Amino acid sequence: MGQLLVVEGVCKRYGAEEVLCGVSFSLEKGETKVIIGPSGTGKSTLLRCINRLTEPDRGRVWLEGMEVTAPHANINKIRSQIGFVFQDFNLFTHLTALDNVRLGLLKVKKMGRKEATERAQAELARVGLAGKADAYPAQLSGGQQQRVSIARALAMDPKLILFDEPTSALDPELIGEVLGVMVKLAHEGMTMLVVTHEMGFARSVADEIVFMERGVIVEQGPPEKLFRAPAHPRTAEFLRKISELYGEAA
Amino acid sequence: MTVESWIQVWYALPVLLRGLLVNLELLLGLLALGLVVGMAVALVEVYAPRPVAAAAVAYEWFFRGVPELVLLFLFYFGPDQFGVQISAFTAAVLALGFRSSAYQSQIFRGAIQAIPAGQMLAARSLGMGRLRAIWHVVLPQALRLSLAGWSNEFSSVLKDTTLAYGIGVVEVMRQARYLTARNFRLALPAFIAVAFLFLILTYLGNWTIGLVERRLRIPGLEVRR
Ligand SMILES: Nc1ncnc2c1ncn2[C@@H]1O[C@H](COP(=O)(O)OP(=O)(O)OP(=O)(O)O)[C@@H](O)[C@H]1O
Ligand SMILES: [Mg+2]
Repeated sequence: MGQLLVVEGVCKRYGAEEVLCGVSFSLEKGETKVIIGPSGTGKSTLLRCINRLTEPDRGRVWLEGMEVTAPHANINKIRSQIGFVFQDFNLFTHLTALDNVRLGLLKVKKMGRKEATERAQAELARVGLAGKADAYPAQLSGGQQQRVSIARALAMDPKLILFDEPTSALDPELIGEVLGVMVKLAHEGMTMLVVTHEMGFARSVADEIVFMERGVIVEQGPPEKLFRAPAHPRTAEFLRKISELYGEAA
Repeated sequence: MTVESWIQVWYALPVLLRGLLVNLELLLGLLALGLVVGMAVALVEVYAPRPVAAAAVAYEWFFRGVPELVLLFLFYFGPDQFGVQISAFTAAVLALGFRSSAYQSQIFRGAIQAIPAGQMLAARSLGMGRLRAIWHVVLPQALRLSLAGWSNEFSSVLKDTTLAYGIGVVEVMRQARYLTARNFRLALPAFIAVAFLFLILTYLGNWTIGLVERRLRIPGLEVRR
């Protein structure tokens, strides 16, 4: 298969609640796919099932033809190839920005200290934070923290980065700086799967948009099509609500 | 309480200090044992599967529930029943150390559980195994959060070392008793001197811990005072 990521029939249930029921889609190398959908629909759960931070009940996931969900898969190795950017950043509180970016290089990739430091500095520069290497997370704004967390993901040379609402915890004036970095990454050819409510970003950067509701994919397609002529009434209704909420013409 | 008796105690100070040194040795031994075992118990309680965690909880319940003197006697006289000779000093380190480990485990457990789950998730998402994530991400933060509670435990077990008197360890209380056995008029000055020595040690110990706390302080991880 020529796909970088293939997700096939992923199901996840919490107690009686079926959070994901048979989600399938795939991602080509260099593609940016945006997932949208109402709260509680299972978007975060889906992202976590992809690198098995949450163990799916059923279904399979492949990364570059290698099965992530295989029982004996080396999951730590696989995770090190999939970046994950969290809504609330989750930077390591006790480490400086530089050490946050360096930790995975030193302890997972076993890179030498000098090389890791240079790489970490380069990644911080890439997200516009070269001057903040020695700052602790508590000394950074939300937007800066999220950019450090993107640098932390980038440093691992991931094949794919998963973003779980990367700007939802940010003050409006800080959203732009994070989206700016993500737009740049998309143009550089990074493969990205992004859960977001930022329709402007979705419209301008996404190759494809996936609309999810109650654990299933309702509709997916290129942004022009989804925004202009959604095939499903639920999609239209959601887009209308979102545009009211975020004040963007959909 | 004559001036005379104070002078006698003053001249006996080296003897008292020699006893106090034994208390310090006990303290170091029991704190080290308590730290290692306490951390292990905390990690097991938080991360191990249910049955194993339950065993840790039972351990902690036992050593927090049995009076210290009883523990001392059990550890001193117990092994003898099985033909194992154990010095009073060793018995005291073990009894007080295991007891402290039970208390320290609760300090560490609280601190580990106070670390947001997202820290572990972020570490795992980078490809770190669970142990590596605990070692590099959870523990450095949890230990910093533990320091305040730990200084409390330190003050408490420092004084507990005098209980080793009960099984015949020649520590500061035993030395003071030797003095007062020869001359009961020395009792008050001698025990006031012992009290004073412990006040000084408590102060020095907490000062040192405070220093460590300040040295290790990181923005966002301060222990709130
Ligand atoms: N660990 C868990 N235990 C029990 N239920 C959970 C757990 N994680 C998620 N859920 C439930 O699964 C459902 C989907 O959650 P999920 O976080 O994936 O939704 P989401 O689409 O990301 O929503 P949001 O837009 O609010 O982030 C929710 O109803 C949630 O309560
Ligand atoms: Mg979510």
